Amino acid sequence: MSVLPRIAALRSEAERAIVQASSTEALEAARVRYLGRRAELPQLLRGVAELPPEERGAVGRAANEARRALETLLTERAAELDARELDAQLIADRVDVTLPGTPPQPVGRLHLLTATQRELEDVFLGLGFTVLEGREVELVHYNFDALNHSPNHPARALTDTFYVQPPGTEASGGDLLRGYASDVVLRTHTSPMQVRAMEAHPPPLYVVIPGRVYRPDSDATHTPQFHQIEGLAVDEDITLADLKGTLLAFARATFGDEREVRLRPHFFPFTEPSVEVDVSCFHCGGKGFLPDGSRCPLCKGEGWLEILGAGEVDPNVYAYVDDPAYDPEKVQGFAWGMGVERIAMLKHGVPDLRLYYDNDLRFLEQFG
Amino acid sequence: MKVPLNWLREYCDPPLDVKAIEERLTMTGTKVEAIHHHGVQGLEHFVVGHVLGAEPHPDADRLSVCVVQLGEAEPSTIVCGAPNVAAGQTVAVARPGSIMPDGTRLKAAKLRGVVSNGMILAEDELGLGSDHGGIIVLDDLQLDAEFAPGMPLQDVLPIATEVLELEITPNRPDCLAIYGVARELHAATGAPLTAPPWETDPGTAGELAGVRIEVTAPDLCPRFTARLFENVTIAPSPLWLKARLSAAGQRPINNVVDITNYVMLLTGQPLHAFDFDRVAGGHLIVRRANDGEQIDTLDGQTRTLDGEMVLIEDDEGPTSIAGVMGGARSEVVPETTRVLMEAATWDGPNIHRTSWTLALRSEASSRFEKGLQPEQAMYAQAIATELMLQLTGARLASGTVDLGGAGPTLQHIHLREHRVQEILGAPVPVARQAEILAALDFETEPVADGLMVTVPAVRRSDVTREADLIEEVSRIDGLERLPATLPKRRGAYGLLTREQRLRRRAADALVGRGLYEIVGWTFTAPALLDRLRLPAEDERRRAVALQNPMSGDQSLLRTTLLGSLLDATAHNLAHGASDLALFETGTVFAADPLQRLPHEHRGLGVLASGRLAPPTWGAPDPPRADFFAAKGLLEALADALRVEIAVSEASEPFLHPGRSAAVRAGGEAIGWLGELHPLVAREWGIESAAGFELDLDRLIAAVRPEARYDDLIGFPALGEDIAVVLDAQVPAARLLEVVRAAGGKLLDGARVFDVYTGPQVGEGRRSLALALSFRSAQRTLTDVEILPVREKIVAAIAAELGGELRA
Repeated sequence: MSVLPRIAALRSEAERAIVQASSTEALEAARVRYLGRRAELPQLLRGVAELPPEERGAVGRAANEARRALETLLTERAAELDARELDAQLIADRVDVTLPGTPPQPVGRLHLLTATQRELEDVFLGLGFTVLEGREVELVHYNFDALNHSPNHPARALTDTFYVQPPGTEASGGDLLRGYASDVVLRTHTSPMQVRAMEAHPPPLYVVIPGRVYRPDSDATHTPQFHQIEGLAVDEDITLADLKGTLLAFARATFGDEREVRLRPHFFPFTEPSVEVDVSCFHCGGKGFLPDGSRCPLCKGEGWLEILGAGEVDPNVYAYVDDPAYDPEKVQGFAWGMGVERIAMLKHGVPDLRLYYDNDLRFLEQFG
Repeated sequence: MKVPLNWLREYCDPPLDVKAIEERLTMTGTKVEAIHHHGVQGLEHFVVGHVLGAEPHPDADRLSVCVVQLGEAEPSTIVCGAPNVAAGQTVAVARPGSIMPDGTRLKAAKLRGVVSNGMILAEDELGLGSDHGGIIVLDDLQLDAEFAPGMPLQDVLPIATEVLELEITPNRPDCLAIYGVARELHAATGAPLTAPPWETDPGTAGELAGVRIEVTAPDLCPRFTARLFENVTIAPSPLWLKARLSAAGQRPINNVVDITNYVMLLTGQPLHAFDFDRVAGGHLIVRRANDGEQIDTLDGQTRTLDGEMVLIEDDEGPTSIAGVMGGARSEVVPETTRVLMEAATWDGPNIHRTSWTLALRSEASSRFEKGLQPEQAMYAQAIATELMLQLTGARLASGTVDLGGAGPTLQHIHLREHRVQEILGAPVPVARQAEILAALDFETEPVADGLMVTVPAVRRSDVTREADLIEEVSRIDGLERLPATLPKRRGAYGLLTREQRLRRRAADALVGRGLYEIVGWTFTAPALLDRLRLPAEDERRRAVALQNPMSGDQSLLRTTLLGSLLDATAHNLAHGASDLALFETGTVFAADPLQRLPHEHRGLGVLASGRLAPPTWGAPDPPRADFFAAKGLLEALADALRVEIAVSEASEPFLHPGRSAAVRAGGEAIGWLGELHPLVAREWGIESAAGFELDLDRLIAAVRPEARYDDLIGFPALGEDIAVVLDAQVPAARLLEVVRAAGGKLLDGARVFDVYTGPQVGEGRRSLALALSFRSAQRTLTDVEILPVREKIVAAIAAELGGELRA
């Protein structure tokens, strides 16, 4: 029997087996059967050398050709099957994409006061201010005296300021009644840092001072602890108009581009001139009433929201700074103090200040 | 300060409505906090009536049926309950539709079968006073007016006014006065201001016979003035006076007392009326009290004074606490016929101290403590004299006691024109400056570079410097005219410090791990220290105490954040939450017996309880917050900050004794880590919780410096795992320490990744699996190079810890 017809037969048999293989396993079986080490075609190829020389060329060529053709066919078929099987696998892999992620990656929140404080800090960082912090238990000297508070200023009263028991003494109601309060207080504002900041840094000085402050007061709009952000800028030529521009930038950054500010004359012992600052109401657009004609509940019809006290630093304050660079004929500047709780309250509609300190998860979840 | 608008308009009457007046006052520094309406509303319904006839009600003893002409075609029938109603009277009538001061609307009503078309009014019904003894009979009032029936009642009686409630800042006691506010309104609107009501004084100077007054504390009583009135008849005040006092929030009493209150409201200066016949010896002495001296005050209490308080006494002893409160012994009574009218000036800080120390505040003390000027005393005497003569039938004794006299010479201040612009950032022409200051009663004189300004007496303590004048100019000129500019900010740049950025990062890292931030109270209860089982010598018992806490539970400043974390956890557990992971950063205080100020540092505390994450379909049983969960958070925090921390076994009274540790960083102890002691957890009703608390300042101080590039890329690291069996009591950290020491330079990292205890390793021993990593920056390491290092490590474990490689 001639070899050549056998090769042809094998080839067509193998071609059929490859084409008919319906899985990678079946294809592999076909490959082993027709092209494997012990399969007939490779055996034939290996036996070419033993053939008579006149047959070798033709048989070798035919066998090689058959092998290459089968290999090509195998590769093609393998790719085909692979693709089909992958398709099937992908279909089988389908999941309900609406199930929640797992394992869960819990996300917490910053407290609204922290988030608001950061937001405000960032506004003033952008305006070229740096951030300072200060101590909370403070000397009367820095909290009142150096801020030009007269000795009988009402803010010094026991009803308005927490006094700290001097170390090593026992609290005595009798002493208090006789008016002997100590010279150490819980700071009632962030303003004691004004003189401390000037003592630590020569002019020019552009700082904001966030921090916790204390006053003995407790109702829906007062808590005995709260937070302020002090601002202080001292340079050769800082004017009341500069204060207005700085606070206008702050108001727009915080409450929206449409906001306006107005300064109202006021009195603070440590600024002169002193002002209270109002921002046009962002709820009613400063109109005082809503589109339906009803009175704006946020500004109570005023069109303005009072947000802070400010002014040009009083010349007397510089006198408390032990640095001749702070000469009121050579430097001048402005200062303000704003309440973080109040700003957060206005922005987020928080109805009661005490919510900030209850730390109820149902409150905390909503912000930050 | 309540200012009835009709009273204010008597001195300054701008052609503006109440809203416009509010705006002008508020925008020039006298903030209008509220506008109240005093008296009646629906003014068109209040008219003058003429009683044509008054007959007894057929079915009611006390009622009269009156026929009242109200200027209409037909007279009206009105039922009246007043005993004094009679035909022929001219009366005040409210017709149906009237709104009374309490807001009720009057309707025609049937009274015992008779329809009453209105009401004949008594003064209390109009809010004019408190008299309800009978109806107002207009003919008896000696009003300078003709009455015709049907005339609007408001043309005859002050039955309604707007009342401005003003916030007067403490530097402006001169505005605790109607005339002072009128001057502000004048400056704010340009409307004319009448001459001061004290300009003409019916009294005379000179000696006042029969009155002896001595002031032995002139430093605390700069001026004491007195006048004597004889033949005084104590009686109710006229309606106009009652109406003004009522509208200003003062209850009318009698003519003499009402005059003192009226003058105080008009001038700001409190007065005191003595019944001179009850001033023992006709002799008053103003002196410092003796320490411990007692006095009975008008409010019926006995007060104990000290040597810095000032009292007034007569020959029988103390009669009043000067400037604060009078005594009952010499006050005006219905029988009084001789009145000694006193108007004095007291030292503000001293009055403030007395009032604060005695916890005794009065209308007078709240004015004196702000510092009134001596001139005001005589302003008050002038007006009081006129009213005493006019309203009490009194005769004025000749002369005036005036000890101390007017205040110091008026101050002159140089106001430089350029300074105004330099401070405000916008120019105000010097002529405008002069105009504003003149409106505020400052005298000005042009000088080379601005104005020389004379400060009026009543502004003596408030305006002492050029800056104060600039404020006056700016507030009246209008702050709304200032441009909005930005400072030059020479050399300034805004940047958080590294510490500030790291503190934000610390909070963000914890938030990123699922923790909620809380903000707790600085105030803490002494009981907290017991509930945390802190022993007497524990440094967290060295708390700063408040002298005047709001309550005993808030009397200390916190020495740990654990209290607020536990409170917040308990609060939320009680409100339905079951899994909580909370953190707080905040100031923690420690009293220092050697320093006036306590030590303060920023703390960071974490407390987790329940599950660390909610169960899901893929992870139905998430881990719970135990020691290692807390430690995982601590390590994540340290890693986020790039700070190396060390944790070693240590006890804390509030932590589980077998699950508590000390945390160190930068060579210092910086806090604790652990599971709550079950007894502490139970205190707060918590099943179990774990957490840590660190000194955040120290943690951040230990953060490694800004990174420099390290070549971790050029040559690969070679990893190798070993398992070591050793005594179970040897802490993992100790093993790592030995491994690192023995590993030398080529050992790049070592960490424990598995722990095994069980029969295979024997009783009391355990196996710790370590992942070692070797690296050289110079070359790719080979196994052959590593082999001796590995052997050295194994040898050190054996020699120092008695450990061996696990077979």
